[in-house]
Amino acid sequence: MVMAAKPAGSAAGREEIVRTIDVVKEYRMGDQTLQALKGVSVTIYRGEYISIMGPSGSGKSTLFNAIGGLDKPSSGKVFIDEVDVAQLDALELAWLRCRKIGYIFQTFNLIPVMTALENVALPMIFGGMLEADARDKAKLILERVELGHRIDNKPSQLSGGQQQRVAIARAFANDPAIILADEPTGNLDLNTGKAIIALLKEMNQERGVTVISATHDLKMLDISDRIFWIRDGEVEKIQRRDEVTIDAGEMH
Amino acid sequence: MSKSGSGAVGSGQVQRQVQLPLSKAVEIALKSMRVRMGRSILTLITIVMAMAFLTEVWLSNRLGPVIRTELLAREHLKAHGPSVDGSRLVWLISLSLLVCLVGISNAMLMSVMERFREIGTMKCLGALDSFILKLFVLESIFLGVAGTICGIVLGVVLAVGIMVARYSTAAWPLIPWGGVPWICLAALGIGTAITAAAAMYPAWKAARMEPIAAMRVEV
Ligand SMILES: Nc1ncnc2c1ncn2[C@@H]1O[C@H](COP(=O)(O)OP(=O)(O)O)[C@@H](O)[C@H]1O
Ligand SMILES: [Mg+2]
Repeated sequence: MVMAAKPAGSAAGREEIVRTIDVVKEYRMGDQTLQALKGVSVTIYRGEYISIMGPSGSGKSTLFNAIGGLDKPSSGKVFIDEVDVAQLDALELAWLRCRKIGYIFQTFNLIPVMTALENVALPMIFGGMLEADARDKAKLILERVELGHRIDNKPSQLSGGQQQRVAIARAFANDPAIILADEPTGNLDLNTGKAIIALLKEMNQERGVTVISATHDLKMLDISDRIFWIRDGEVEKIQRRDEVTIDAGEMH
Repeated sequence: MSKSGSGAVGSGQVQRQVQLPLSKAVEIALKSMRVRMGRSILTLITIVMAMAFLTEVWLSNRLGPVIRTELLAREHLKAHGPSVDGSRLVWLISLSLLVCLVGISNAMLMSVMERFREIGTMKCLGALDSFILKLFVLESIFLGVAGTICGIVLGVVLAVGIMVARYSTAAWPLIPWGGVPWICLAALGIGTAITAAAAMYPAWKAARMEPIAAMRVEV
């Protein structure tokens, strides 16, 4: 209902979905302070596929956590759909995590005691949906990610790629506006990773969901609308896909 | 209703997360226990032993003197068997309950720490602190009740067995069964209370865990 209030989709309709202003994150370790983010200001528009690229330890996950409302920045602001995340109370934050954002993790993070179906239904149940409706919808989404035949399997009975598909289905369960993925292909082999990336891109186009993926997987370059290159806690440069392909070629 | 597009601080866009019915927490707690059977059984054994000890000591403390005086009156035996030292017994029982409390608390705490990723993930999916709290308190109470019941049964069997072994089967008809249910009921109350108390700190730890725990890679 919120989405309908604004003209969506068109190339001109550059509707902001995420904006960070001068986000700084410091970790204190003993008497030393480590600045994991040194003032990051980025704007992300609805429906975009963004990759946050950078070497290990550059601050991708830290930025992911800040955007996802999982961790408070030391200073600076994060707006999600024009809402200042710092202003939200615990119940509103839980609602935001449940309904507005879908998370995908490197380690899949399925609930081990639950079947694929129950895993996908869980965020809907947390959101207040009736059990039966949640199961029906979970089944549909699992069919969409081509796991219709494995719905009653526990995570331990699924391959890594299959687990990540379940995780993707779960992330999409409440029709979020944003999908946040931290190294979604980090624990997968080349081909499985490719398939997961393709699936994310399809879902992004099919549902108009904004996908933000922290990664150092260069396979992501081809499908990203924009790439944020991050190094030592700073955004080094922001490139559109067409600007990137040449660079990527040089990297090989 | 939807007043978006104003560019203001997104009023009305964010709602508050709803509370889940208790039945959902019960369902997930039971599932977790079933799947982690090994751990559950270990915790269960702690509770069973402590409660069996409590019940046995309590029963023989009550039954022993009754039987002994009966038998003495019938001159079946000389006055032997340990004389019961009340304060030492209270001390022993307290100690066993304390061990039980610490044992359960420790087992629950380990279970919470092991499940950091699961708890963090649930928080990312929209679980409230109160839901996580309920999950762990319920898990502990289920274990507590089950363990206490088994412990009581074991305790009664032991108490009667020891009595019979000590005074021969002549003791059997002399056992005052009327008092036994009350002692069992009291033991059930104590066992449940102890497990609930033992779960408080671990459950609180779990509830307070940040969603970011979902991202942690190391154990
Ligand atoms: N909880 C933490 N405590 C201390 N330092 C941290 C913590 N999390 C991350 N860091 C540090 O912050 C920097 C950025 O980390 P991270 O965002 O995880 O990088 P990336 O995801 O790009 O590999 C690293 O130097 C890392 O060691
Ligand atoms: Mg990382």
